[in-house]
Amino acid sequence: MVDRQTKALLWKVAFYTAVIVVMLPTVFVFYWMITLSLKPQVDATAYPPHFFWFSVTFKGYLDVFAKNPFLLYTWNSLVVASGCTLLAMIVGLPCAYSIAQWRQRGLALAILVARIVPGISYLIPWYILFRNLRMVDTYQALILTHLVVGLPIVIWVMIGFFEDIPSELREAAMIDGCTDYGAFWRVAVPLVKPGVVATGILSFIFSWNNFLFSVILAGRNTRTLPIAVFNMIGYEEINWGPLAAAATMITLPVVILTLIIQRHIVTGLTFGAVKG
Amino acid sequence: MPNPVEQTDVRRYAPGPDMTGGLGLWISRFTHRNARYIFPAPAFLVVALIIVYPVIYTGWMSLQEWFASSLTVPKFIGVANYQKILTADPRFQHAFFLTLWFTVVAVSAETALGLGMALLFNREFWGRGLVRTLSILPMMATPTAIALVFVMMYHPTLGVMNYLVSLIGLPLLKWTYSSASALYALALVDVWEWTPLIMLISLAGLAALPKEPYESARIDGASAFQCFYLITLPLLRPTLVVAILFRAIDALKTFDIIFVMTQGGPANSSETINILLFNQAFSYFNMGYASSMAVALFAIVMGASLILMKVRRVGW
Repeated sequence: MVDRQTKALLWKVAFYTAVIVVMLPTVFVFYWMITLSLKPQVDATAYPPHFFWFSVTFKGYLDVFAKNPFLLYTWNSLVVASGCTLLAMIVGLPCAYSIAQWRQRGLALAILVARIVPGISYLIPWYILFRNLRMVDTYQALILTHLVVGLPIVIWVMIGFFEDIPSELREAAMIDGCTDYGAFWRVAVPLVKPGVVATGILSFIFSWNNFLFSVILAGRNTRTLPIAVFNMIGYEEINWGPLAAAATMITLPVVILTLIIQRHIVTGLTFGAVKG
Repeated sequence: MPNPVEQTDVRRYAPGPDMTGGLGLWISRFTHRNARYIFPAPAFLVVALIIVYPVIYTGWMSLQEWFASSLTVPKFIGVANYQKILTADPRFQHAFFLTLWFTVVAVSAETALGLGMALLFNREFWGRGLVRTLSILPMMATPTAIALVFVMMYHPTLGVMNYLVSLIGLPLLKWTYSSASALYALALVDVWEWTPLIMLISLAGLAALPKEPYESARIDGASAFQCFYLITLPLLRPTLVVAILFRAIDALKTFDIIFVMTQGGPANSSETINILLFNQAFSYFNMGYASSMAVALFAIVMGASLILMKVRRVGW
């Protein structure tokens, strides 16, 4: 018969072992991505794989920049994601305020439908439209289309933030002579600043990650990072260093941004249905 | 119901098209009275332009025969495209089956694993915050980059996955390089990415459960399994259905990882509707036919959502 203390200790060991085992796959994929990007070719394609002991090189990273206009692609991704986020905010904030303020359920539902419609069903009309307007391979086309992922996120998450503002504040502002616009801009928006940051980052990440729209509508001048990396696959079949380096470099900004707003991620992904 | 503040508003700005103050005043009155329509107006315009218009256009295009690569104009052919996908196109039916199967496999694995993980993590322990943080990363990481890493890990001779498989004594697999296993290998990537979502949603649901049923169950001598099956699961069901709903909608639409890793191959073994439709539209420029598939895919996603929303209300 083991005494109670040993039993508790054993239970603790078993529990933490389970936690580590469960979390191992998550960590391993990222670990593998980063280590592959730092391995020289010999280590990267060694079999059995070298898990911990390998020589470190930055050749993969240098190769990415030497063989591709990677800075241009990064710039493109930045422009499109920032443009999309800014536009989504300008258009989405008043809309979210209005839905929260005047309980415009129908409008909210219509925007939710946009989340359900498969992205690819927008793509055919956009392609035809932008081709006719000669706007394929322009930032404008990419920014507009990325709004399809950015705008619904901004609106739905911000509704929750605006609803949390006590209505007395708006009433007080209006008694003091504020118009609806003043109440929105001077009272409501400053109060939801943390929400604006969180949704802005969410919208930025979704645009940054977008593959489907950009693969058709981006051309040589506006190619974004996911497309650039996809194009690297074919030519560098077994040259894993640069591939892993590129993957690491795309993922890094997303990871940093995600860490900043981690409390809001689940709320964002479930459109406010679940408070993280 | 108008609140007192709105009433003072109305008194200040007399109702009716009163033009006495000139156009400037009239505009200012108009904007005050119609604030509730003006606030969402820009969003409304954007949604009309980039969402409603394309959806209607796709619906209209699905009734036409048109190759965007040729110089001919679209020809109206009624529901012939739909007849073709429903009865005469084995490739679409194959893709339809694969799409559903991919979703069922991925989402049920995610639900089982996610719920299990949530039950494991549903207590105070050192490192809980770290676990939460790590869980969020796979969902947010760029899918293209993740797909790329899995391409390297799945390599049949040099990949680390086969090494890990051999460590536990299983036969080597061909992962995405064989038509027998490609769909499952892709589903595994989806499971890796999205199990944390179900876990985090379940965790939020578990935290909100009442304590009393468990206390009385313990007094009645219920086992841990009985507690789970008879209390936790039924109480958690609405939360789980929401989680499954979100996952099912997105799994049916999975595009990035499949396109990057297999492009539907080998031998069409991972060609879901999304991939088939993409190729019809942008490799063959068969816009009319591809549009009808887009409508069909939308119907499938909507159907799945409605079924799941109904399940939320009905008993087990």
